[in-house]
Amino acid sequence: MTASANPQAKPSILITGAAGALAQQVIARLRESCNLVAVDARIQVDLGDDIPSYCIDFNKRRFEDLFRRYQFDSVIHMGRIRSSQLSRMRRYNANVLGTQKLLDLSHKYGIRRVVVLSTYHVYGAMAYNPSLIDESAPLKSAGLSADLIDSVELENLASIYLWRYPNLNISVLRPCNIVGPSVRNTMGKLLASPLAPVMAGFSPMMQFIHIDDMADAIVLASNKPTRGIFNVAPNDWVAYQRALELCGCIRIPIPSIPPVLPRVILRTLGMERFPAYLMDFFKYPVVIDGRAFEKEFGFTPKRPLKEIFRYYRDNKKRL
Amino acid sequence: MGLVSFLKSRLVSPELNEHIDSIRKPIGTLGYDPWGYNNDTVKYGFSLVKPIYEKYFRTEAQGVDHIPAEGPVLIVGNHSGQLPIDGILVGYALASRKKNPRIPRAMIERFFPTVPWLGNLLNEVGAVLGDPVNCARMLANNEAVIVFPEGVRGSGKLYRDRYKLQRFGHGFMHLAMKYKAAVVPVGVVGCEETIPAIANIKPLAKALGVPYAPVALPVVLPAKVHLNFGPPMYFEGKDLTESEMNKRVEQVKTEINRLIDKGLNERKRLF
Repeated sequence: MTASANPQAKPSILITGAAGALAQQVIARLRESCNLVAVDARIQVDLGDDIPSYCIDFNKRRFEDLFRRYQFDSVIHMGRIRSSQLSRMRRYNANVLGTQKLLDLSHKYGIRRVVVLSTYHVYGAMAYNPSLIDESAPLKSAGLSADLIDSVELENLASIYLWRYPNLNISVLRPCNIVGPSVRNTMGKLLASPLAPVMAGFSPMMQFIHIDDMADAIVLASNKPTRGIFNVAPNDWVAYQRALELCGCIRIPIPSIPPVLPRVILRTLGMERFPAYLMDFFKYPVVIDGRAFEKEFGFTPKRPLKEIFRYYRDNKKRL
Repeated sequence: MGLVSFLKSRLVSPELNEHIDSIRKPIGTLGYDPWGYNNDTVKYGFSLVKPIYEKYFRTEAQGVDHIPAEGPVLIVGNHSGQLPIDGILVGYALASRKKNPRIPRAMIERFFPTVPWLGNLLNEVGAVLGDPVNCARMLANNEAVIVFPEGVRGSGKLYRDRYKLQRFGHGFMHLAMKYKAAVVPVGVVGCEETIPAIANIKPLAKALGVPYAPVALPVVLPAKVHLNFGPPMYFEGKDLTESEMNKRVEQVKTEINRLIDKGLNERKRLF
């Protein structure tokens, strides 16, 4: 974390998206060494007496009061609303306009470090993706799915502010699938469920990072004000269907061709854990190269894939 | 013993197991690499291709020891025969050589990853989407990569054009120079006769979204295959113009033509 005005004082950090499992892990790691303020647009989280917690929409004027009151040194923005949540319009308001407001306030109040949590979904899944995609690859997902536009727009905003206001020291992190205990994202729910849909005949290579490792990565990033965009993924890979096998999931194949067929089926079923807009991520690989982050921040994931999958297998709910 | 274990024990002998395991590949903890290569699948593939290589096509490979034991290599050959049988045979020749075997990677058409089951299967035995970024990363990983610079122009050509090299793309030469990779030319003789096509129904190919729709017998004929590998070629320099690059590509093409002629002269009969 960047130095605050008084070197003796603990740095003050605003954490957004505090209700999420990952944010809770980050808070647990930083609460001793930093003065934290937690914000979530959805619910107010009880984090004990030492951490003020707020339920505020970033687009409301009283959000600025937090910046006036606490004199933050850093911001860790984990408040991106996932594409499976809310309507497109509400997501756009929260993810794009809300992030813009957050970055504007960060600039206005002299924040010296901003870490933005994004997702590898911004690269988009298509048959022609090369493997080990690096950070300079084009973000194709906006052209492939309207449901991912807000995620790409959020990144575009962060990139603009990264160059326009270098003092903000913005880092954007694009993690692979974050999984592990209490993770409730699409992949976490799939691995935890006894039955998991697959696209018949497709088993793309995937990467998984344990929630504890990801929390470590965010803490490392918040400690070192290196600007830039970074993939976060371990140097280990597994085919999706093999991952399901190791998690003890029964695979349910969904007809995969012609492409319109699975799209209709998935839209009709409306499964939150296998949404139609992520369909191509279960057909084509989006393998990212996380070596730049490892090198820059000295990051080494500690939880191997086998351990991650064993957790899901041992905690599988019976049918 | 379960069915999978039984099949595995029948297909993968201890010697084969040891042979493949002795070839070190940069794989993760679950046996995969970022492109989908899988050590276990390679063992099955090796065992299934062996009789096809030895008995069906009675392949004769000469000069396979020209391929360096380590470091980045581009194995560049003539493409033919509608299906990528030539790539499979070249790959097997290198993977099964007695001294310093290597499991090469093959660059495949962009169409394959969209095909259910086949796309994944090809990835698991080492084939990779033919993208320059992929090829560059492979060479950076010191892999041996099989490339057919003619692409579908070569594999989809008609029987009347057999053994006439089509236009070569320059991509392989740029990568060879950038990564200081050895270019090992290979002349493939016999694959042209495996699926001789007399016509290509272009509207059907377009409707199906495939590169070509050949009019051919629905069988793979057991033509005898000759593989002739040439000595490695090295190309240095940078910032060359495309015409200078073309001269270098022509050198490789000339060498492949020489190796094809050698194979045609050695061939006593088609089958």
